[in-house]
Amino acid sequence: MVIIEPQGLSALFDALKQKGYQLIGPRVVDQAIIYDEIGSPEDLPVGWTDEQDAGVYRLRKREDARYFGYVVGPQSWKKFLHLPILKLWEAQRDGPSFEIIPNDEPVPKMAFIGVRSCELQAIAIQDRIFLQGDFVDPHYRSRRENIFIVAVNCTEPGGTCFCASMDTGPRAQSGYDLAITELYDAERHVFLVEAGSPAGETLLEQLPHRPATEADIQQAHQLLEQAGKKMGRQLETEGLKDLLYDNLEHPHWQKIAERCLSCANCTMVCPTCFCTTVEDVTDLTGETAMRIRKWDSCFTSDFSYIHGGSIRASTYSRYRQWMTHKLASWHDQFGTSGCVGCGRCITWCPVGIDITEEARFIRENPVT
Amino acid sequence: MAAVPDPMIPIPYRIQTVQRETDDTFTLTLTAASSEQIAPFQAGQFNMLYIFGVGEVPISISGDPSTPEKLVHTTRAVGTVTQAMQKLKPGNVIGIRGPFGSHWPLEEARGNDVVVIAGGIGLAPLRPVLYTLVKYRERFGKVVLLYGSRTPEDILFRRELEKWRQRFDMEVYITVDRATGNWRGNVGVVTKLIPRAPFDPYSCVAMVCGPEIMMYYSVLSLRDQGVPTESIYISMERNMKCAIGFCGHCQYGPAFICKDGPVFRFDQVEHLFNKREI
Repeated sequence: MVIIEPQGLSALFDALKQKGYQLIGPRVVDQAIIYDEIGSPEDLPVGWTDEQDAGVYRLRKREDARYFGYVVGPQSWKKFLHLPILKLWEAQRDGPSFEIIPNDEPVPKMAFIGVRSCELQAIAIQDRIFLQGDFVDPHYRSRRENIFIVAVNCTEPGGTCFCASMDTGPRAQSGYDLAITELYDAERHVFLVEAGSPAGETLLEQLPHRPATEADIQQAHQLLEQAGKKMGRQLETEGLKDLLYDNLEHPHWQKIAERCLSCANCTMVCPTCFCTTVEDVTDLTGETAMRIRKWDSCFTSDFSYIHGGSIRASTYSRYRQWMTHKLASWHDQFGTSGCVGCGRCITWCPVGIDITEEARFIRENPVT
Repeated sequence: MAAVPDPMIPIPYRIQTVQRETDDTFTLTLTAASSEQIAPFQAGQFNMLYIFGVGEVPISISGDPSTPEKLVHTTRAVGTVTQAMQKLKPGNVIGIRGPFGSHWPLEEARGNDVVVIAGGIGLAPLRPVLYTLVKYRERFGKVVLLYGSRTPEDILFRRELEKWRQRFDMEVYITVDRATGNWRGNVGVVTKLIPRAPFDPYSCVAMVCGPEIMMYYSVLSLRDQGVPTESIYISMERNMKCAIGFCGHCQYGPAFICKDGPVFRFDQVEHLFNKREI
């Protein structure tokens, strides 16, 4: 582990650019912190923090000049790996036949700056879906193989965070090339950096640094220890899968549906939600057709449509599907929870529905 | 980086024949339009059929598994894609991805009686089973087909049903919900045929396909006869966009119908079967 000064960040960015990486990181846009192309450390949300609660997200100026003094915004890294809109292929008419032209557009090499532990876990979960099953998504794979991850450990969890409950944070455990802990106090402002891969190690050697002292490591350890205890939310996961399976007909689903707008926000902000639909389009001449894949949501009525109607016509059944998928059936499908405790679904729900609250209610009032 | 085959890219197949079955159902026979072919299929599996510029739909394979190079699909024209499909002519090319999903338990059925119960278009995914049962007739005990359709005009595969009915080693019972014309056969739901059917409930395999409500009552009736739940198989249907477990649309509890189904042993899904809007 080494210590780099804030100027070291510029050296890191430059080194990544030199290796041909496009830098993607947090920046303030439209009063929210989103992930976008960045050029230098000045583009980061220096001195900003985000206040989050159920249905609440506000940026506030910090008293200090931390680079990573916020948690997570409405976007996740999913949008760079599992694209929101992707052309799967094109087809060219040829008399009564047609020819398929695969989409093999070159994929950029991307360096993700500021990936939180919950987000690393979310990427690992999507890896299981798109890379480790019977089929592989070549589009996801080509992007995934070309990223460099700079993780940031969370020392100040947000109001809707519950990664400690999900065992997915606040400290980055694996899946990164470099992991940074921002150490900030009256005396100093430095970054404790550790490499998580050979690529990370090589890069780290190129940056101006000094070896970390035992005191540096202790300070980071303590900050993360405390962070684990300051989560805004908490979710009891013990026996949760069976609890939800046993309560598929709990009257509480109807109560949630009285508030739920079926707007799909929770699924769009979720870093693990992977559902998609496809659209088939043709140009005006009818000679060229395209198949486009787009993010979809189990909250729409089209989602479960089969001839004659939608299977999940009611809002209660859609919320039940979403939540039991996240917290129960995901385990059976992929051997892990579908929730990483990032809290986005709570923050970005326009009516403030809180997955941890709803799960707690069912636990405390089971029908079986 | 080794190239990964893209499971979303269809393989071109040329239509050989379009055969009208009933007012709203038809059968396509297809052969590969290039050197590329899909893998051989097993009875009960399905393919994704793509019509240029219109869209793609999951359709069960209704042909004979022993001649996989001749791909046969029977479907009802109920949506945009299937209606466009109905208008296709021999020579037209469509895209095929597949075969996908689980299959009917023909191995488990060996040495046992086999009860095939179909409702309406549900006979299509079961026809590959019937072809196999007939072809390897000596491997199985009694073979019974119970088929229910809305009206006599809606009966699928009439000529084959007639042929099978004439066999001495097979029982074929047909019923209609509503008798029209000069129908002199059974009237009523298909489940009513179950108590009359000659099979040994303690050593049989039942394969059921049709509307969910029909499958549910068939299961109840089979159990009344003493058939254990583990000997009953059903085939489920849900919205599907990818058929490879990525799109999420076909989820049924923890199962993806596209890869864990469409054929399930009934006890695998029993806990979900009567729940609304799962």
